[in-house]
Amino acid sequence: MAKKVHGGMKAKRITGDVITYIFLILVCIAWLLPFFWLVMQSFRDGKGQFISTFLPTAYTLNNYKALFTEFDVMNFPRMFLNTFGIACCTCVISTFFVLSVSYCTSRLKWKMRKPYMNMAMILNLFPGFMTMVAVYFILKALGMTEGNKIPLALIICFSSGAGTQFYVMKGFMDTIPKALDEAAAIDGCTRWQIFTKITLPLCKPMIVYQIITSFMAPWVDFVFAKVIVRTNSQYFTVSIGLWNMLEKEYVDTWFVRFCAGAVLVSIPISILFMITQKFYQEAMNGAVKG
Amino acid sequence: MSNTLTKTAAARQKAANPFSLSAALKNGGPVIWLSCLIMGLGNLLSGQIIMGLLFLAIEVGVIAFLAMPSGGFYWISMLPSLGWREQQKVFNEETFVYEYVAGDQSQLILLYGIASLCVIALFVLVWQSSVRSGYKAVYLKKNGKHVPNIVETVRGLFDENVHKLLMFLPTACLAIFTILPLFYMMSMAFTNYSKEGDHLVLFDWVGLANFKAIFDSTSTIGKQFGSVLTWTLIWAFFATFLNFFLGTIMALIINRKTIRYKALWRGCLSMTIAVPQFVSLMVIRSMLQPEGIVNRMLLNAGLISQRLPFLTNATWARVLVIIVNLWVGIPYTIMQVTGILQNIPAEQYEAARIDGANVFQTFFNITLPYMIFVLTPYIITQFTGNINNFNVIYLLTRGEPMYVGNSAGETDLLVTWLYKLSVDQQKYNLAAVIGIFTFVVLSIVSLITYRSSGSYKDEEGFK
Repeated sequence: MAKKVHGGMKAKRITGDVITYIFLILVCIAWLLPFFWLVMQSFRDGKGQFISTFLPTAYTLNNYKALFTEFDVMNFPRMFLNTFGIACCTCVISTFFVLSVSYCTSRLKWKMRKPYMNMAMILNLFPGFMTMVAVYFILKALGMTEGNKIPLALIICFSSGAGTQFYVMKGFMDTIPKALDEAAAIDGCTRWQIFTKITLPLCKPMIVYQIITSFMAPWVDFVFAKVIVRTNSQYFTVSIGLWNMLEKEYVDTWFVRFCAGAVLVSIPISILFMITQKFYQEAMNGAVKG
Repeated sequence: MSNTLTKTAAARQKAANPFSLSAALKNGGPVIWLSCLIMGLGNLLSGQIIMGLLFLAIEVGVIAFLAMPSGGFYWISMLPSLGWREQQKVFNEETFVYEYVAGDQSQLILLYGIASLCVIALFVLVWQSSVRSGYKAVYLKKNGKHVPNIVETVRGLFDENVHKLLMFLPTACLAIFTILPLFYMMSMAFTNYSKEGDHLVLFDWVGLANFKAIFDSTSTIGKQFGSVLTWTLIWAFFATFLNFFLGTIMALIINRKTIRYKALWRGCLSMTIAVPQFVSLMVIRSMLQPEGIVNRMLLNAGLISQRLPFLTNATWARVLVIIVNLWVGIPYTIMQVTGILQNIPAEQYEAARIDGANVFQTFFNITLPYMIFVLTPYIITQFTGNINNFNVIYLLTRGEPMYVGNSAGETDLLVTWLYKLSVDQQKYNLAAVIGIFTFVVLSIVSLITYRSSGSYKDEEGFK
């Protein structure tokens, strides 16, 4: 009797498993189908946005080739380099800002600490787009919206707000035992030395996470970039370029190339994202133990 | 207990601080009173030459900036009127051509005026610290103590004053590129700066007229505001709770004990997070076009006889953005939830199983209440995030379908409407009102939850 019940439970479990697996496979297919379609389209031979079959009827590598050889309408390599340069500068500045602010709010006691944190919280509540036009006017008044100063304006846009994005890093620094700082202070370290020689090395995984996250910001943002760059096509970032490829006047020729460009951008960004997750996990699991 | 202790300690420290501004003014004597006018005098007389000169230079610089022609005072004096001179064409007798004489530009007057006010506010802060620093230097010298020289002051910036060094640049950037624009934008809400009525060059203060227009439910703009606000709240509610609910279920399914390759399933799903949204959503947009691949496939399969109006019919579009948002959002929930699921005490499930509860009963009576309890702050952030969810709406539908004569589309949220009003339609005053309104709603929601959440109360705990 008991054996029979056991067998019945096992059978039930196996059906449950099979149903679950089938469900998971279906969900994953639904999740990945648009990306699969995108990749297939990027190899499609032909023009136009709309086709009658799900998979292309003829394949080619020309879409990728065209991105790197035809520069008369859209210069994809230049967009890529623009974004890369902006991203490098942004990640250095933002990371420095975030580290400074989180060290000061987490490890030091100063009069304006709490007011500063409250102010940052309030500033984060304003929709970012609200100030966007005003930021544009200010940059214009500073003469930074014309010619080769546009990349500089973009760097400022992407990194100037970093002073309010310190909560994750601060949370991590809060877990570092204060005793370490005190011991170092007794040994004659200045606060600056404690910051650079003790706190920063202990935050390594979080710093990597921070660097990559701020590096990705210019790649994925398109709203700020669109407002600042407007129609100066030589300063386009990748996201505005791709957006423009789908505008009415270009979409017929450029749709398949958009797909190719989207694939080329998505691959490095996805890899970077996976790396950030790895370091984030590492930081959360391996928080410093006293 | 420890909290009250730190508080009294802080209070004692405050009372004991002998170099506060009031102490300086009360006990400072003529040198300090004079150094209220000539900044840095106290430092100069006590031997802190460089510090003193620095303060003096700042004072001279600020006064020069304010007093010079078309300097700070000029812009501030123009603020009440926001300018009135129109651009004029003047005939030049000598060269026989018309020349343009620049008129006032209200937008610049507003910007420079507010910036000048900010400079004055900052100057007051510097002035305070200069008086205090002068008082301290004089006091130390009078009592025969060592007055720190410039080298020691700079060294202090790397030790006990390191926060001043580290916070300077981030705060300066915030002040110039976040706080100043915010004041600037907020002040626009009280003007008629708009393409409507040709007020793009010269505009005036109009008081609360914009607020009245938007909150008046009978005016055209008021009706639109009402419908956009309603849709924003509906959207935020469904986007948040469906994501949370379905995400939790997905996480539970993946977490089923006998299921293998858990990382693979999670990895597949998190593709929508890893790939930039402007790529994935624009691809979906293209697929859902009337001529797009989804319609084509359905037609080919004979499931429909005419094209479905995915993004061209208001109801279809609204339902679809919520569904597509699930595609983007469920993986986020799974990432958040997976760790927490493992913390639910196993005994509870065991007890429920013995009592004969089925899967659904366990889910609704054990898992869900626990998750909601632990993740309330997360749900609230998601809710406010969804009110501000620009990307999904703008990339997917651009707020469309949009009916003729409206300035907002049927799927526009407050933020996308704000964007359209300011960037495309140049109705800056209305955009500013909506920005302020969004902020007020968000801050009320967040303040209530943040104040009552553990992380705010415990923040002092680690000390």
